[in-house]
Amino acid sequence: MVLVLAIGDLHIPHRAPDLPPKFKSMLVPGKIQHIICTGNLCIKEVHDYFKTLCPDLHITRGEYDEDSRYPENKTLTIGQFKLGICHGHQVIPWGDLDSLAMVQRQLDVDILVTGHTHQFKAYKHEGGVVINPGSATGAYSSFTYDVNPSFVLMDIDGLRVVVYVYEFIDGEVKVDKIDFKKTATASAH
Amino acid sequence: MIADGVEDEEKWLAAGIAGLQQNAFYMHRALDSNNLRDALKYSAQMLSELRTSRLSPHKYYELYMRAFDELRKLEMFFKEETRRGCSIVDLYELVQHAGNILPRLYLLCTVGSVYIKSKEAPAKDVLKDLVEMCRGIQHPVRGLFLRSYLAQVSRDKLPDIGSEYEGDADTVVDAVEFVLQNFTEMNKLCYSACQSFILLADPELRLAVGLSGLQGPAREKEKREKERSELRDLVGKNLHVLSQIEGIDLDMHKETVLPRVLEQVVNCKDEIAQYYLMDCIIQVFPDEYHLQTLDVLLGAFPQLQPTVDIKTVLSRLMERLSNYAASSADVLPEFLQVEAFSKLNNAIGKVIEAQPDMPILGVITLYSSLLTFTLHVHPDRLDYADQVLVSYCLKLYNAYSHKGACVKKLSGKEKLEDKKATKQIVALLSAPLDKYNDIVTALKLSNYPRVMEYLDSETNKVMATVIIQSIMKNKTRISTADRVEALFELIKGLIKDLDDAFHDEVDEDDFKEEQNSVARLIQLLHSDDPEEMFKIICTVRKHILGGGPKRLPFTVPPLVFSSLKLVRQLQGQEENPFGEEESTTPKKIFQVLNQTVETLSNIPAPELALQLFLQCAEAANDCDLEPVAYEFFTQAYILYEEEISDSRAQVTAIHLIIGTLQRMHVFGVENRDTLTHKATGYSAKLLKKPDQCRAVYACSHLFWVDDQDNIKDGERVLLCLKRALRIANAAQQMSNAARGSAGSVTLFVEILNKYLYFFEKGNPQITVAAIQSLIELITTEMHSDSSTPDPAADAFFASTLRYMEFQKQKGGAIGEKYEPIKV
Repeated sequence: MVLVLAIGDLHIPHRAPDLPPKFKSMLVPGKIQHIICTGNLCIKEVHDYFKTLCPDLHITRGEYDEDSRYPENKTLTIGQFKLGICHGHQVIPWGDLDSLAMVQRQLDVDILVTGHTHQFKAYKHEGGVVINPGSATGAYSSFTYDVNPSFVLMDIDGLRVVVYVYEFIDGEVKVDKIDFKKTATASAH
Repeated sequence: MIADGVEDEEKWLAAGIAGLQQNAFYMHRALDSNNLRDALKYSAQMLSELRTSRLSPHKYYELYMRAFDELRKLEMFFKEETRRGCSIVDLYELVQHAGNILPRLYLLCTVGSVYIKSKEAPAKDVLKDLVEMCRGIQHPVRGLFLRSYLAQVSRDKLPDIGSEYEGDADTVVDAVEFVLQNFTEMNKLCYSACQSFILLADPELRLAVGLSGLQGPAREKEKREKERSELRDLVGKNLHVLSQIEGIDLDMHKETVLPRVLEQVVNCKDEIAQYYLMDCIIQVFPDEYHLQTLDVLLGAFPQLQPTVDIKTVLSRLMERLSNYAASSADVLPEFLQVEAFSKLNNAIGKVIEAQPDMPILGVITLYSSLLTFTLHVHPDRLDYADQVLVSYCLKLYNAYSHKGACVKKLSGKEKLEDKKATKQIVALLSAPLDKYNDIVTALKLSNYPRVMEYLDSETNKVMATVIIQSIMKNKTRISTADRVEALFELIKGLIKDLDDAFHDEVDEDDFKEEQNSVARLIQLLHSDDPEEMFKIICTVRKHILGGGPKRLPFTVPPLVFSSLKLVRQLQGQEENPFGEEESTTPKKIFQVLNQTVETLSNIPAPELALQLFLQCAEAANDCDLEPVAYEFFTQAYILYEEEISDSRAQVTAIHLIIGTLQRMHVFGVENRDTLTHKATGYSAKLLKKPDQCRAVYACSHLFWVDDQDNIKDGERVLLCLKRALRIANAAQQMSNAARGSAGSVTLFVEILNKYLYFFEKGNPQITVAAIQSLIELITTEMHSDSSTPDPAADAFFASTLRYMEFQKQKGGAIGEKYEPIKV
């Protein structure tokens, strides 16, 4: 069992001062094995904060990121799953599932994590999953008027992944979960 | 004789103890056999050991304690004797026959204790007799210990109120008189004892008296200090005894006890003794007495030696009083009644006048304590806190003007002092923030900014950061433009360069951190009232625009997003329902935004400016303001054309332009054409072929938008995709020419995916035949001899084919569509 935190679009300090304190108290060091971050942190302080939670950190570049060394996209394998990360401002139309599916095919991954829209999304698509963890700070977005802070925890166990979504709504943290099983045929790699 | 002083002292002490023990042994034997005469003889001989002048107080104390233990036994014996019928009066007479005065007085005190207990004579007479007779010993150390013994044996026999020794003739007044007298005498003895140490501490004099030692002067001095403080402890015990006399009521404390004690303190003229005794007074007497005698107590401070560490003592007093006030709400009226605050404030002023050499740190410490005091005791009296700041301002001003301009170079020690002082100032100014958890209250202190003025720019910055942290921590809402104005006045050290001379010394990381905290702060300035919020935005804008090119990239974005949020808020509302000119409208905000973002293009920070212009364009789109949106796009395009030259930055910028433009629905045909045409043009002119290709096929989405029926131009979509194909081909050829092998087929597979995308969307221009030929093209390329193996591209192609298969299997309309394609 491996816990993977997927998080992104914090836009600190341009659009939000900090993560909601409730999130901060939930995210404690030593519980998470990998962090995948879609980008737009935007500053080093946030990067350092992630490092305190978990040293295995994978970040792709958002258009506002101070650190220009983050790659445009990245793939990694965790257990039986191949994961792809990409911020998503490069994928037009933004947030469009069919276009993201192309990226999923291009990176040849089971799970694609992207951001940019600040809207939490998780689809099962063509034998894979496309996830957008939303904005962890609920930052302003031109896509949607009511952005709730959210992030995603993935519990990867063998051929199974359980996606937990943590959303901060009206002062409460709400948790939702989505189960996904990879079929043996879907893995051609 | 070059003897080792310390070793000698050990020897003397050992000899003293031996003599003492030997006589104690005989004394015990006499006690066991009830032989009074021998008991007196040996006890007197035992006590003679205390006549030594060779021991330091520390060693003398050791000897004294042994004698003390023996005297307890003797006292028991005397008590037994009286029970057996021996007259206590006779006994009292008898011990006076001892040959030497010191043993005689110790014995007398011991019998005296039993005498009082027997109640055969009034306690006050015996006590008076004893305290007078002890005058016979004027040697400082011996005298101190003797009187300390007297204090010890008599402390439970004072004619206090409610005590069994209280009588018609014996009153608490006598008890007080006795203790005060003993205290006075001990204080005198202690003073002369300390004087003799000061002489001994002088190395030359020490040599002269043959006291050279192995210890270094520093350690020696430390040891002497310790011994002096041990002696003062003996004196201080009297104050403890006084504080425990129940019968001393407030009046007596005020009229007799405190004035006489203070008189002694002032008269002793020894700085350390004065410090110690004042501290002792503050510790031992009850809070309410302090409060009621503030005049008397505070009156003594300016009379102390100019070098006494008054700040610590006064701070402790204020701390005690603060705690007292916190203990119960009932005592608060007392504080008001005695005007505690103004008395303390005055006293501090006088002390600072009386001690012109007090370092600035001391001054700051005093005012910090006073501020803490008033914040705790009178949280509602902001004017008090403000007064402290005024007083503080004046002192600080005086201090700085005294130092004058010549003190540019501070010595090492002064620098350190300065650092400590800075810390204290920060603590002082933080106190109101901590207390009220709220900068809003602190902003009401009109002198707060004045104190900030006096800080050097470094301290000013530290303080500004503390203020911001306090706001963040307490989630303080600052919701009026006036308060924002006041706040920015306070933290201006972070907002602009205060002195140009030093700003290049600033560490870059520190600078970033500071500016990021300002950015965070800007998010917290919020009012639900749009009018007020607009004022806040304008106020913030006014301040941050003066920040210079280094700060703007940090401060402009949060302001822009604050403004965009306000736009959102206004968006749903009827525009200008009453036709009022002055009311805030999205249009107005966009004007401000335009000018604000423009400042970034001049810095230059073109990439950031372009991103923000596009955000504004999208917001204008949501407000149905076509001309405004067009203007923002124009600004973004100008930046792209004129300022963004880095090829990687261009790629990001073009994606943002296309992505934003794709979402715009406000534009009419003409404007839209102009903008899409330009965007396609930019795409085709990117430096690297693959970037060109990708940007061009992304442009295809500008002509086919799912949810907009008027934007479904299949032909131009196809044109874009064909153009992308041509570029991909050109990329292959270039690669052939340059490296002798064809590049990867990735771009072709990407384009194939785009074909499939529009095919599924029902674009009639995308035909089965076109898709089929593209698949063949890719297959051929992959198998050509010149192709470079690329597993990633192969996997991409394979998963694309798998996808098509998957769509076929789906059945229904999609399945039918895919049916003719041969995979």
